[in-house]
Amino acid sequence: MPSGRHGEAQGRGVAWTEERRRSDEGRRRLKAPRSRAASRAGKLPGVPESVLIANRGEIARRIARTARQLGARVIAVYSEADAGLPFVAEADEAVLIGPAPARLSYLNADAILAAAASTGAHAIHPGYGFLAENADFAQRVLDEGLTWIGPSPYAIEQMGDKIRARNLMADAGIPVAHGSSEAARDAADAVAHARRIGYPVMIKAAAGGGGIGMTIAFDDDQLRAGFETARSRAERFFGDPAILIERYISSARHVEVQILGLADGRVIALGERDCSAQRRHQKLAEETPSPGVGAGLRERMLAAAVQAGEAVGYRGAGTVECLVDSQTGEFVFLEMNTRLQVEHPVTEMVTGIDLVEQQLLIADGAEVSFDPGSVQPSGHALELRVYAEDPVRFLPSPGAITEWKEPVGDGVRVDAGYAAGNVVTPHYDPLLAKLVVHGADRGQALDRARIALGEFVVAGPKTNLAFHADLLNSREFASGDYDTSVVSRLRP
Amino acid sequence: MTEIRAEMVANVWKVVAAEGDTVADGDTLVILESMKMEIPVLAEGAGSISRMAVSEGDVIQEGDLIAIIE
Repeated sequence: MPSGRHGEAQGRGVAWTEERRRSDEGRRRLKAPRSRAASRAGKLPGVPESVLIANRGEIARRIARTARQLGARVIAVYSEADAGLPFVAEADEAVLIGPAPARLSYLNADAILAAAASTGAHAIHPGYGFLAENADFAQRVLDEGLTWIGPSPYAIEQMGDKIRARNLMADAGIPVAHGSSEAARDAADAVAHARRIGYPVMIKAAAGGGGIGMTIAFDDDQLRAGFETARSRAERFFGDPAILIERYISSARHVEVQILGLADGRVIALGERDCSAQRRHQKLAEETPSPGVGAGLRERMLAAAVQAGEAVGYRGAGTVECLVDSQTGEFVFLEMNTRLQVEHPVTEMVTGIDLVEQQLLIADGAEVSFDPGSVQPSGHALELRVYAEDPVRFLPSPGAITEWKEPVGDGVRVDAGYAAGNVVTPHYDPLLAKLVVHGADRGQALDRARIALGEFVVAGPKTNLAFHADLLNSREFASGDYDTSVVSRLRP
Repeated sequence: MTEIRAEMVANVWKVVAAEGDTVADGDTLVILESMKMEIPVLAEGAGSISRMAVSEGDVIQEGDLIAIIE
């Protein structure tokens, strides 16, 4: 093992061992043609020799794990607030890039590129959030002669603006929600759009993500009121006040498709994930396969997702998000996330494919480590996002972690960003860990998840573990017949 | 007199009401930000704000005084 400390400490189950075995095979296969002395220019495609991870918490740790297994040197960057976290301690090298506020550290492109230069990093993996979908940053990485582990700046830019993305998808023949094909200039313009589209409508930041700034309006008054709030939030969070008005589908499932753009230009789909369990338009639990998607719909959604990727010459891992209307059973394109998704592990659990490994290979121009023509998902996987927030009102709950015990068991995987003794600060999102569970079928996955939840102990900050227990035991979620309102029905 | 205190560590993003303002039950006094979430702090009862103890940009701890309504 390149490093036992990280992988062993977390008590992975069967599926994880399987994944690691595959990774180890990949590493052996890749190591062979690579010469230690090979200059970068002369190096055969494989995996970058060193990877700087421009992120924090669980995702920095998760990327590091695969990078290390593949023989890459892992370089972490961190803010003053994160100095004590596991992802810093476990890295081969770690560079302090600034104070706690993200704009001074994890969003500070100059500091990150300086860290890459000082450590001799060959590649930068952005994770999700922060600079992951920043086309200018991706371009700067490339201009420095480094490998960018992500799609081209062009693809990021095309998909980054929701209005442009939905127009592009509509042109490619992919179904999109009824909505404005241009930004609403002001409240009156928004009202005009909404009257044409028909209420209720969703007010969205064109440059947005993570559900921030999204509001539903049922009439002109609500729209006028919501418009200004949405604009100021869009400006504040995304630096772009452009607002999109879109038809709101009141009963829908949120289903997304994992795609992979291969080094040879082909785009493939690796199944869907159902992300309908949300609060404040932010995901709480995800599963695959979606209990609400039949074979015919799945085939059409996967084909559309591949088409979406092809439309922008997509390379690497990406996610095409869709809404499936519960009434009509039809889907519409929502947006594309041009990066690794938080909930990527559920796809890994059912396919046995390490998505981070594929990202590294593709970024280096190499072939993926599996046969793209014979991917056969097996069983059912579920992810529960463990947040530092109270389980009733979902209010943030930062604080020092006094006890941390992760569940262990067959089919159980925990991707965690914290350990006992760490402090959860108010500076970043509340995600502490992801509990991922695999079973032969949905029933077994849910049973294993219930047991694992009961064994997960976090003391100090309040967590939503108790909420997840309620979710798994709710008749609606357990039945599989649920939509994006399932959480609000559970916590009115 | 009602003391409004912080329920968590947070940054003060916006101070919506000012000292001397008359507020109704449920009116937003300040908006906190913690873990990428905005948390409005509401008036618990009607009255006038005799003290606004925070300013925008402040970092406040759990239990810190935010405002006093009389």
